[in-house]
Amino acid sequence: MTSMSKPLIDKHLPRNKLNLTVRDYEGSMSTLCAGCGHDSVTAALVQAFWQLDLPPHSAAKISGIGCSSKTTAYFMGQSHGINCVHGRMPSVATGANAVNGDLHYIGISGDGDSLSIGFGQFAHAIRRNLNMLYVLENNGVYGLTKGQFSASADIGTKSKKGIANEQSPIDPCVQALTLGAGFVARAFSGDKSQLVPLIQAGLMHKGFALIDVISPCVTFNDHAGSTKSYAHTFKYYHPLVHTDFVAHHEEITADTSEGGAITVTMHDGGILKLRKTDDDYDPRDRAQAIETLLLGDRSGEIRTGLLYVNEDMADMHAANHLPKTPLNALPYEALTPGRAALAKLQGRWK
Amino acid sequence: MKDIVDTMADLRINDFVIKIGNVNGTGSASANGLLMKAIFRMGVPVVGKNLFPSNIQGLPTWFEIRVTKDAYMARSGAADLVVAMNAETYKRDLAEVSPGGFLLYDDTWPRPELHARTDITAIGVPLARLCNAKFDNARTRVLMKNMAYVGAVAGLTGIDVSIIKAMVEEMFGSKPKLIDANMTAINLGLDYVRQTYPEPLPLRVQAMDATRGNVLIDGNTAAALGCVYAGATFGAWYPITPSTSLMDGYKSFCEKFRVDPETGEKKFCIIQAEDELASIGMAVGAGWNGARAFTPTSGPGISLMSEFIGFAYYSEVPVVLFNVQRAGPSTGLPTRTQQCDLTLCAYASHGDTKHIMLFPANPAECFEMAVQSFDIAERFQTPVFFMTDLDIGMNDWMIPELEWDDSYQPDRGKILSAAELEELPKYYRYEDRDGDNIPYRTVPGVHPKGAYFTRGSGHNWKGGYTEDAAEYKEVLDRLTRKWEDSADAVPGPVIIEASKPTNRAIISLGGCDGAVREALDRLAERGIELNYMRVRGFPFSAEVEAFMDSHDEIFVVEQNRDAQLRGLLINETAVDKTKLIPVLDYAGMAANPAFIIEGVTAHLVAEEA
Repeated sequence: MTSMSKPLIDKHLPRNKLNLTVRDYEGSMSTLCAGCGHDSVTAALVQAFWQLDLPPHSAAKISGIGCSSKTTAYFMGQSHGINCVHGRMPSVATGANAVNGDLHYIGISGDGDSLSIGFGQFAHAIRRNLNMLYVLENNGVYGLTKGQFSASADIGTKSKKGIANEQSPIDPCVQALTLGAGFVARAFSGDKSQLVPLIQAGLMHKGFALIDVISPCVTFNDHAGSTKSYAHTFKYYHPLVHTDFVAHHEEITADTSEGGAITVTMHDGGILKLRKTDDDYDPRDRAQAIETLLLGDRSGEIRTGLLYVNEDMADMHAANHLPKTPLNALPYEALTPGRAALAKLQGRWK
Repeated sequence: MKDIVDTMADLRINDFVIKIGNVNGTGSASANGLLMKAIFRMGVPVVGKNLFPSNIQGLPTWFEIRVTKDAYMARSGAADLVVAMNAETYKRDLAEVSPGGFLLYDDTWPRPELHARTDITAIGVPLARLCNAKFDNARTRVLMKNMAYVGAVAGLTGIDVSIIKAMVEEMFGSKPKLIDANMTAINLGLDYVRQTYPEPLPLRVQAMDATRGNVLIDGNTAAALGCVYAGATFGAWYPITPSTSLMDGYKSFCEKFRVDPETGEKKFCIIQAEDELASIGMAVGAGWNGARAFTPTSGPGISLMSEFIGFAYYSEVPVVLFNVQRAGPSTGLPTRTQQCDLTLCAYASHGDTKHIMLFPANPAECFEMAVQSFDIAERFQTPVFFMTDLDIGMNDWMIPELEWDDSYQPDRGKILSAAELEELPKYYRYEDRDGDNIPYRTVPGVHPKGAYFTRGSGHNWKGGYTEDAAEYKEVLDRLTRKWEDSADAVPGPVIIEASKPTNRAIISLGGCDGAVREALDRLAERGIELNYMRVRGFPFSAEVEAFMDSHDEIFVVEQNRDAQLRGLLINETAVDKTKLIPVLDYAGMAANPAFIIEGVTAHLVAEEA
């Protein structure tokens, strides 16, 4: 019921540097099931944007089809959104981004949208290093069509009717790492303290930033025997590295001398502080990241956090030598060669 | 000295066809191009048709050069001088020589069977022997054999060798060794025929002054130029024959005109997508974000793009699709021409969808209509199909030099600026504020008040999701009216009246134009007078309907099996279908007038009987 408006109770809410409250970053009412993990992701996106003091119309929200894809309507109501066709969000994001790189491109997708019908586009957006935040809300099932397994369902996980999945799962993070993504993270919708800084870091990363968010489906995949349930995820949840995102204007107070901390300066602003847990994990090592994820699969642990980051890769804009002034803002006079040039050009066809 | 005038027909000056049979991948394209352009530079109009296989190397290929003093635009179907360079196709090439014509072949290896026809003359030139004696490298010998036949044909028909030499110099400007080698080969063929056949053929090229102010250009190149002049900044594509050269052209023109010499910044973006599902998605994304965006493709690509086409139609995103049609169905004949995607594109995608199409007839219209396509797409906020084909797109056509009016400004349609949005009390994406069925759109990031949610799901005039019957229908009905209104914006039909009043007519479209015009001349000579209307856009305007109303018998000439243009005319107008007689040429070859004449006369004879 997207027509329903939310009650306004923002009088005492804190304001960011643009004098806006989180309410200014919200969208229409969610129509998802109560308790859906996706709504927590939506809330994290709202908070991340608000905290970054970004203008609420500075995003472009792009999605395909599915429960997750619907959520682009539920945040940043003052930004444009486009809910296109199933599995094709990356292509729309590519075209939109090419003609105006100044917006924050947020793609919201699901495991069906990204790992089955849209697997090809997911892979090729990574290969192009499209500058976007790609949030994959991963629940292991098709919700809108009532609970079929998706391609991320683990072997042995059980459907609501008790049937076990026998096909091997596709791990989007492993895929992204092998395809050369420069920012790969895994998170859990139930841990906002981890998710919000990851979203902020992903937004400030110049290039393709994937956050695979385990986001349980309360209606079709939250039962005993499911490896994507809240209970299972909480039980096996294992953050490999703690991520703090520090915006530039706050960085003076940041303590960079802390033992074991890794500091990464984000290309588009801000600093990442990665604090190691007891694991000896360095998220700048791609091979280690892949290995860790594959081992994690065997132990059953769900290893989360910023798994890999590389701030030194040319994004699609750089690779295509696109101009500072967005293509969609260039005046016609800058684009037409004019009458004289046409006359001259045609000598070759005479 | 050999006598080649036994079967000599009457002398034909600047009115005959040279057809060259060769093996693809041997460099014959440049040799054939040299011959054609040399004739053009002699001031004599030419028509060139390249018949090539879907293959990289080793299969038969043919190139036709029609020398036409009357400047006809189509192939004639005749083959007066056949240059048979491919032993595999000798039998077929021999059979195709028009009566009274000539067959030129490589008689390094004698072929008595090529002298079997008594109504033609076979001319042997030992091309391989001449080249093998002169050149050492195997690949060079193959390439130079082609240049040698250029010399032989020039010598036999009177093509000015100094013009050929000038072109070779242009072609290999910075490589004098190549100029020498190529001219040596050309002279081998030339000298041999001059010594052996001192009497030239009765097929003669003679200098005229009928090509001044014209260019030889293919339609894909012209359409690509149109994209540049239209101000298109984004193109996404997946390689597919026969559309590839359109993006190649756009890229080369942009590299020439749109790169900042100081910064190296490119004022364009081309993305080679992973498939057509993605290329259309990218173009839609760029169109949604306020750029002029396009994708060139062919029929199989359109099939894959269909879901997005429906999305762009329903959510009202401008995008231009260049469909360089090839013969279907399925993979079909990728290197043969057809107009077989009319029905597909008119109604592409599931559900009720209707699209705008433009039908260029030649490269001149490709340039002009490419620009119009972007204007129409933005004005009506919808996908526009630019319906060209392999014949127009990949063959060089003689057209008047392209002109550009510097006062042109793109018609961006209704886009609200930040200032306009600021003034508005409230913005709704699909509100028909002006009562002309076209709502206002906004570009992402321009102003918070302009934000809306673009969706392919059911929506109301506010842009909100709806399952309400009345709200859903309201939007759908406006889309129908918007599409109907575009009939007056697409290029109008071109109507040519017969010299005498008649109730009979031909309707055709696109690349059939040249063949139809020539057929009209021939039919008139036989006393059959026909008016002619070439449709240039879809939906059909009132003028198209009025033309049909004012005729009793109308031949609908098109290049597909299922009479798709006729089907659209029946479906979208009130015409009585019994008066529309299909004349269908779907063999994959560029249209020729003989087929049309035959189709029309056969019907008239049957009618009289």
